[in-house]
Amino acid sequence: MSTAAPDDVQALVGRGFGSLDGARYVLLRVEDAAAARHCLRGLAVTSEAQARASRLTRVLQMAFTAAGLRALGLAVDAIPGFAPEFLDGLSGDPSRSRRLGDVENCAPSRWRWGGEAGEPHVLLILLAKQVEIDGYLAETLAALPGAACTVVQVNAGSGPVGREPFGFVDGVSQPDVDWDGTLKPGGAKDRLYREDIALGEFLLGHVNEYGFVADYPEAEGIGRNGTYLVYRQLEQDVVGFWRWTVLRAGEGGAMALAERMVGRRIDGDPLPALGSEGRNGFTFATDPDGLVCPIGSHIRRANPRSGDDPRGRRGFLGDLVSSLGLKGTAMHDAVASARFHRLLRRGRPYGTPPDTQALIAGEMPVEECGLHFICLNASLARQFEFVQGSWIASPYFGGLSGEQDPLLGNRCPANGGAPTDAFGYYDQHGTPRLVAGLPRFVTLVGGAYFFLPGLGGLARILRN
Amino acid sequence: MAAPIRFGCRADLESLLATMTREPGQADPENALVPFGRLNRIHVARFVILDDPSLPDRLLLAESLPVHEPVRLAFIADFDGDEADFFDALAALAEAGLRRIFSFCIDFTPDADLVEWMRDHNLPTAANYINWRGRSTRQIGEEAALHRALRPARLLHDGLAPEALQRILLNIGGTVPLTPLRRSGLAEKLLDIGHFLLLPAIGLLLFPFVIVGAIPFVLVLRHRERTDPVLAPVPDRARNRMLSAQEDHDITNQYSAIGSLKPGRFRRWLTVVILWVINWGARHIYRKGRLARVNTIHFASWTFLDERRRVYFASNYDGSREAYNDDFINKVAFGLNLSFSNGLGYPRTDWLILGGARREQDFKRYLFHHQIPTQVWYKAFPGLSNYDMARNARIRAGIDHPPRGKALRRWLAEI
Repeated sequence: MSTAAPDDVQALVGRGFGSLDGARYVLLRVEDAAAARHCLRGLAVTSEAQARASRLTRVLQMAFTAAGLRALGLAVDAIPGFAPEFLDGLSGDPSRSRRLGDVENCAPSRWRWGGEAGEPHVLLILLAKQVEIDGYLAETLAALPGAACTVVQVNAGSGPVGREPFGFVDGVSQPDVDWDGTLKPGGAKDRLYREDIALGEFLLGHVNEYGFVADYPEAEGIGRNGTYLVYRQLEQDVVGFWRWTVLRAGEGGAMALAERMVGRRIDGDPLPALGSEGRNGFTFATDPDGLVCPIGSHIRRANPRSGDDPRGRRGFLGDLVSSLGLKGTAMHDAVASARFHRLLRRGRPYGTPPDTQALIAGEMPVEECGLHFICLNASLARQFEFVQGSWIASPYFGGLSGEQDPLLGNRCPANGGAPTDAFGYYDQHGTPRLVAGLPRFVTLVGGAYFFLPGLGGLARILRN
Repeated sequence: MAAPIRFGCRADLESLLATMTREPGQADPENALVPFGRLNRIHVARFVILDDPSLPDRLLLAESLPVHEPVRLAFIADFDGDEADFFDALAALAEAGLRRIFSFCIDFTPDADLVEWMRDHNLPTAANYINWRGRSTRQIGEEAALHRALRPARLLHDGLAPEALQRILLNIGGTVPLTPLRRSGLAEKLLDIGHFLLLPAIGLLLFPFVIVGAIPFVLVLRHRERTDPVLAPVPDRARNRMLSAQEDHDITNQYSAIGSLKPGRFRRWLTVVILWVINWGARHIYRKGRLARVNTIHFASWTFLDERRRVYFASNYDGSREAYNDDFINKVAFGLNLSFSNGLGYPRTDWLILGGARREQDFKRYLFHHQIPTQVWYKAFPGLSNYDMARNARIRAGIDHPPRGKALRRWLAEI
């Protein structure tokens, strides 16, 4: 049993606040620790309990990088329990960047923030209606005197929430967080895919999918009910994306090709032949070879909907045979069980995305747009870094070769020089098709790892 | 093979080995000392200094074990063909370089016969796993070349009817040289069958003893499982950086780990039996692409050191370290527990196969605690995963026996 008191959890863990269509991501630098602690204490951070109790019009969330906690006077490197990935930072180790695919054009040296200039210290997330958000921002900034902390950058999110700039409905599949701690992970039932995920995968101090409470900074309650927030600013070449799909498949076929690359219809519905009940009532168990939804498609990489065993549940003896690897093939058992690698996604688009149909027709307005990718997880290594490194960026996902995520791949050649810019799928006649030469559609332009504390932990961090 | 190195010259040896690499730990195939790339029977090879960072654990957990053990330099290669031939070929290729490297070993003298010295220091493995028995470097290389030849044609003719595309691909396939696959001879087969029968035969012979011994065995095991100390310290960040710097340059990574067995005969002999059974299973059951459900290991070996007080584990696997660990925990925790739970400090197991690796955090920390850097690691086929090699073999099979209908579509999709 593991439950979290909702009044100790920041509200973003529980919801994305899609109805509040204005968002500002304020990146701060601490100039004076005591003064910064004082004025940050004055900001009202929204709790999950408040969000449950009433319909909020203003939401403020607060998170810190490791550099930020150090700047506030907290000896994070000496406090046991902080994740080493967090302490290193997203851009702090070339080996990490290599593993995550943050190289060449996506390398930290090219970022607008979070790269060579160093980590920002504090992240404030402000959410309100679009018409009110700038007023809210101004009020909030007015409470932060420059002697205490300075604004590094304010990133703006824009609507519509839930549709990313390429035009696709986004954020459809989210894990069902087991807030009440009723789930008992482990055992034969987990051979099948499930959406409900142990609380400890998203909040520190709770039982995770392995059935244990992983280490976290326990001293003085700093870590309890906190989580790690990954923020990556992804610039999207929307014009390039649609120009390329039209070039490959013609005006009439561009949408169908794009939908196969994503793995969903543009309106968020699953590909029809998967026979889904609702938007998320499907797995890929009926489509092991990717005849309907390509193995390398974006949604299949981001969440392969795999259980502990691709052969499913087969009774005691059948399960034993599966576990010993005496039945089944390597090719159909190439993807790890999804329940250990889920993320709560809380990202929002930015910029004004052009109209998709106009783009397909060849009209080319150019305003920069992209996604403020934000996700929450309790284990940076096992969740975000695994998904990004082994599933999204890897040209070897699912036993494939020569393909990265068709949307997010950096297209850098594999070791040995083999290209990674292909995408394989089956067309409506069941004929296997292969396209190559995918350009890079998405470029990472900034990012950092943050710690999003529980409210008790926050009070401890900001106390004098 | 492995030999103790001279006292106080470890840094110089590391510097010398570093001249063989292009990036941390990644061998330059054309390096001046041992140009692995020219010995085309090698799949993977490594030079690793077996310096055990977990030896001080003995002071804490196992006072009966000696405080010191020799630091060895090991050379490990997975290669095709006969061992004697391999040593000869290796010496012919790189005698001067090998002499320079081995001169750091205690008993290597300038006038020593290199091949004889290497043979003398050859260590037998207790268990050995090969992803695909009988697949030679020649086969892998030729099939990869076949794939490289077919893929542009598939791209160029994308959208063509499957049968028409197949005709084009078969024509191209016909121009790529493919050496007929080697079949094992009668003597080899008989030897294999004989070895296969060993396990059932020994099992049958020892059956009465097993029956009699089962209850005391379980009692001792359960007692030890409840009382054996666990040691899984929080990873040191600097050391993790050093190890990470060697990793993820290729889809395949090397892994080296060393540690002491728990003291006493019970654990030692349990390990001997388990590794023997693992070796038997790897030879006769898990021959084609999978070790139980783990598909990512190219080669792995377990070797006893120091009169079976320690085990050195080496593997070559696809993916990143975190992914490798997760893959293991989720799919074969029982196998990990069998093969490693006799190690000093291993996370608590129940009934030999339960618990243990399932204690994810402790298990990952235990592994990290025992992982050591590999100074030079060579892989003959950069960029190729186990899946790629198996796929290329299927593509080749489709050239030899052209498929039709659904099988044809599947075949085309793999190119």
